[in-house]
Amino acid sequence: MTTMAPAFDSVSIGDMLPMLSLPPLTRAMLVLYAEASGDPNPIHIDVDVARAAGMPDVLAHGMLLMAWLGRLLTQWAPQRDLREFGVRFSAMTFVGERITCSGRIVDKQERDGERLAKIEVKTMNDAGELKVVGDAWICLH
Amino acid sequence: MRRHVVPRLPEWKLSGTIIDANQIGRVIPPHSADVEAGRLRLFARATGETRPEYLDDDAARAAGHRALPAPPTFLLCLDLEVPDPFAWISEMGVDVARVLHGGERFRYFAPVYAGDRLTFSSRIADILQKKTSRKAFVVKETDVTNQHGVKVAEMRATIVVREP
Repeated sequence: MTTMAPAFDSVSIGDMLPMLSLPPLTRAMLVLYAEASGDPNPIHIDVDVARAAGMPDVLAHGMLLMAWLGRLLTQWAPQRDLREFGVRFSAMTFVGERITCSGRIVDKQERDGERLAKIEVKTMNDAGELKVVGDAWICLH
Repeated sequence: MRRHVVPRLPEWKLSGTIIDANQIGRVIPPHSADVEAGRLRLFARATGETRPEYLDDDAARAAGHRALPAPPTFLLCLDLEVPDPFAWISEMGVDVARVLHGGERFRYFAPVYAGDRLTFSSRIADILQKKTSRKAFVVKETDVTNQHGVKVAEMRATIVVREP
């Protein structure tokens, strides 16, 4: 099934994208992402290394949460219309945390002959703690 | 006794400038990597992706792609396809154990599909540090071009270096 993008004229600043909720983070998810991404940092999969670095446990790859935000965006509009996507990693995410991804339209602009919507994206845990915040520009038609 | 106070960063003692500012502008040797369909499927599984257009060649073509598409953040994975992906950090005199990923930004110019071969050309774009701060920020910019010489994306990584 192809993602159908909303029309530029049909969206308004303040509109929310459909949310994306993830299952609680497990060690297996981190091992799988470590392998798929090729990130060799053992702090994400080896609890001994994580503790030696002062962490209570292994922590999630920031890029795993960014990949989930990517899914949030591409389930709303086709990936070919994604122009820019950036995030800041503001807090660490640990095993057991349940992450929700959300997005909100914060700007609409015409630029370089394209009609673009700016989406503010963020991930939070159940307690409302911000983990990753960022923005994306998507071309709408 | 072990302290369990994370996720806040530990406090570090300050000992002057963390990274030589002459590193700004340093070019990291380019490298190339193939976008493999199997790797894309593994990445889809690892990120919980279940839509057929990211998992199945036929479904991808039916959705208008010429092959399996590389998801938005996958490009960074292929930039790690070198013998030591963190060499550019240690070459600045920084212990990789003191580094955190602070942020990442992509700009997209053309789609990337299974079967493409990408070349990654990076440079140290900026180093931000204050004498009074316990952290430095290093910005690495990367141009990604495909086998036809088309620039498909730019990546901008920010890493945070904690003072030992």
